[in-house]
Amino acid sequence: MRGLSTTRMLLIGLIAVALASFLPLGVSGYILGLLTIAYYFGVFAMAWDLLFGFAGEVNFGPTFLIGTGAYTAGILDNLYQPPISLCVIAGALAAVAGGVVLALPALRVRGPYFGLTTLVAVLMLQNFVVVDASLTGGEIGLTVPDVITISDTKNYEIALWFMAASGAILFALSRSPVGLILQASGQDAVQAGALGFNVTKHKLTAFIISAFFSGLAGALLVFYLGSASVGTFIDITVGVQIIIAVVIGGRRTILGAVLGAIFIIAMSEALRPVGDLANFIVFAMALVVVLFFPNGFFGFLTRSKETS
Amino acid sequence: MADAAHLEVTGLTKRFGGLVAVKNMTFSVGAGKILGLIGPNGSGKSTVMKLIMGIERPDAGSVRINGTEVAGWPSHKVARMGAGIVFQHSRPLHRQTVLENIKLALLPDKLTRLLADPETDTKARAIAARVGLSAVLDRRPATLPFADLRKIEIAKAIARDPQVLLIDEPFAGLTSKETAAFSDLICELRDDGRAVLLVDHNVKSVARLVDRVLAMYVGERIAEGTADEVMRDETVRRVYLGGSIETAARPESTFRDSTTPFLEVKNVSVNYGKAQALDDVSIHVHAGEFVSVVGLNGAGKTTLFNTISGFLPYAGDIRREGASLRGLTAATIARKGIVQCPEGRELFIDMTVRENLDLGGQHLPPAECAEQIAWLFDLFPILRDRQKQAAGTLSGGEQQMLTIARALMMKPKLLILDEPTLGLAPVILEQLSKALERLRQTTAITVLLGEQNVTFALPHADRVYVLEHARVVWEGEPARFAADVGTGYL
Repeated sequence: MRGLSTTRMLLIGLIAVALASFLPLGVSGYILGLLTIAYYFGVFAMAWDLLFGFAGEVNFGPTFLIGTGAYTAGILDNLYQPPISLCVIAGALAAVAGGVVLALPALRVRGPYFGLTTLVAVLMLQNFVVVDASLTGGEIGLTVPDVITISDTKNYEIALWFMAASGAILFALSRSPVGLILQASGQDAVQAGALGFNVTKHKLTAFIISAFFSGLAGALLVFYLGSASVGTFIDITVGVQIIIAVVIGGRRTILGAVLGAIFIIAMSEALRPVGDLANFIVFAMALVVVLFFPNGFFGFLTRSKETS
Repeated sequence: MADAAHLEVTGLTKRFGGLVAVKNMTFSVGAGKILGLIGPNGSGKSTVMKLIMGIERPDAGSVRINGTEVAGWPSHKVARMGAGIVFQHSRPLHRQTVLENIKLALLPDKLTRLLADPETDTKARAIAARVGLSAVLDRRPATLPFADLRKIEIAKAIARDPQVLLIDEPFAGLTSKETAAFSDLICELRDDGRAVLLVDHNVKSVARLVDRVLAMYVGERIAEGTADEVMRDETVRRVYLGGSIETAARPESTFRDSTTPFLEVKNVSVNYGKAQALDDVSIHVHAGEFVSVVGLNGAGKTTLFNTISGFLPYAGDIRREGASLRGLTAATIARKGIVQCPEGRELFIDMTVRENLDLGGQHLPPAECAEQIAWLFDLFPILRDRQKQAAGTLSGGEQQMLTIARALMMKPKLLILDEPTLGLAPVILEQLSKALERLRQTTAITVLLGEQNVTFALPHADRVYVLEHARVVWEGEPARFAADVGTGYL
């Protein structure tokens, strides 16, 4: 039947997470820090894969959702210092609200126009952040007074379990009846409609879920980094990196996105000595994957089992 | 009404821009009845189906399902009122098994349903057993033969137990054995008390199943009755076969190149995945000859032309003036003078008529280009008046003339016309027909015409091939056509 059954896939994921939870015993704080960022990045990528891989909508603005979540949480903390948990929840909800405002009109247009709408949304958010510097810190960035913890290990564990939980939820969703309807809607909206499914409703829900996890991860990352800036949360390049992570990892797999995210972060770091060339090399590798292995790592693995 | 029909359509009308695709259609289908909706390509029958299902919004008229007015509703609501549709082209989810594909259709339209109802599995298996898919439940669609893919579509459509079932071209692409099995299935569904609407091109293919037939032509009803009545109907005969056709065939031996024809297609076979689109097809065309290939939808005409034009891989050989075309790119073949007017027209709709023509004449020196355009304006006078208009604003017939004119700008040696009459009104057909006649009289051009409209295909032809289920089944003079194979085209 299926190359890897749902339960087996979850089991493998669980083992991987369990192994990863022992890493703090053996690796340096520097590596833990990198992985922490990679895990949050992995959530961004999984949330994006739900939209693209399943609902079939190319959202070029993952950073609109992430940035909205991150900046809402950061600004709230800056102004009123409520408990961090409250800031994070507010960030996630703001991302959902922003996502709905964006998706409602955007889902009415088809194909490339949906993508274009989401791209413009990113530029608008970026402009807003830069212009309203007194509130957002502008181009310099926003420094938040609080962080969750300063312990590398603690931060690493939070990121790991957050990623594991998000991954489990998104993956289970993608394999549930709702995920099946979503795939059908993404593949052939006319036929899905004729089978009695309200396509718009399902796609909007996918957008909301994607926005929720993006915003949540964005807000948590702010309180790990202690700051927010356009370059880390909103810039188009960040969005492109997320998309590349999914493509490299394997779209429509949810879990592959995490592999892609870790790969991207690790590569950027490993290539740091070559300076600005690093991005060039990562993008070039992505191009090779897109052109020659359009199913990504994960797709490659599962595909070879499927055909056997 | 006390004895309400399951499906009642009244005064249904749909316009696309200036084109009236469906005009004031009225019919009804009762419980346990099958209505055949037939018409040649472009007659609007598929649009009728889409209007019923809510995929397109009607401009006027009413659609009632079990007495409830559903015209203009989105299709998921129409589906919930008890309508189901079997699409001609199957697009199952390829990463899921057959069973999962059927389960999909059984799911409620709810966001809260994260675990499937245990009954779903039993139901899905029962449906699969009914349509004959039990043996392949755990396979993926990509590994199945074409007939099984059609069964998946049927299974999905009946999963919600629709009272009204719309089936688009039920037998397209099926072998005669599969067709028989499919017919039995459709009869069973009728016997359940469902109202079934079969949409097809010909009376003949659905005659055995239907209680009544409604024939359409360019958006309008032209006949209704039992299959026999419709087949005897004069209008239907004229639309499908033409009246008494004047033919002007020149005998094959009069062409100078009778030993090595200009184009020779030898034993060509083409497969689309599992479906065989051309099966050992051989045809030839002499220089200066006008050859028509007649065949119903799905017979393989377009595939044949695309193969000649170099768009498709094939087995066999295609020769032009004795030299094989194998290995040449589509662009080279076109530049060397084999030019195709595709079925979809493919004009640049935002460019003006003149710009479209200029594009076709890109490779010509300016003086020659102007001369060619002047000649084409004589051939199609209407295009002269429309020069500055955007191609997309032309009527269907004018667009077709422009497509042909643009192809002629390339000064082809062989012009391939793929269903130029698609969706055209009879008046326009006549204009187009006259233009083709003038083309034949005044130039030495060679033409290969693909048509299912026999009326249009025969008058100009020197020779006719009939293509059926991917094979050439008849070759001969147009005058013998009606007597030999005519009844198959009703």
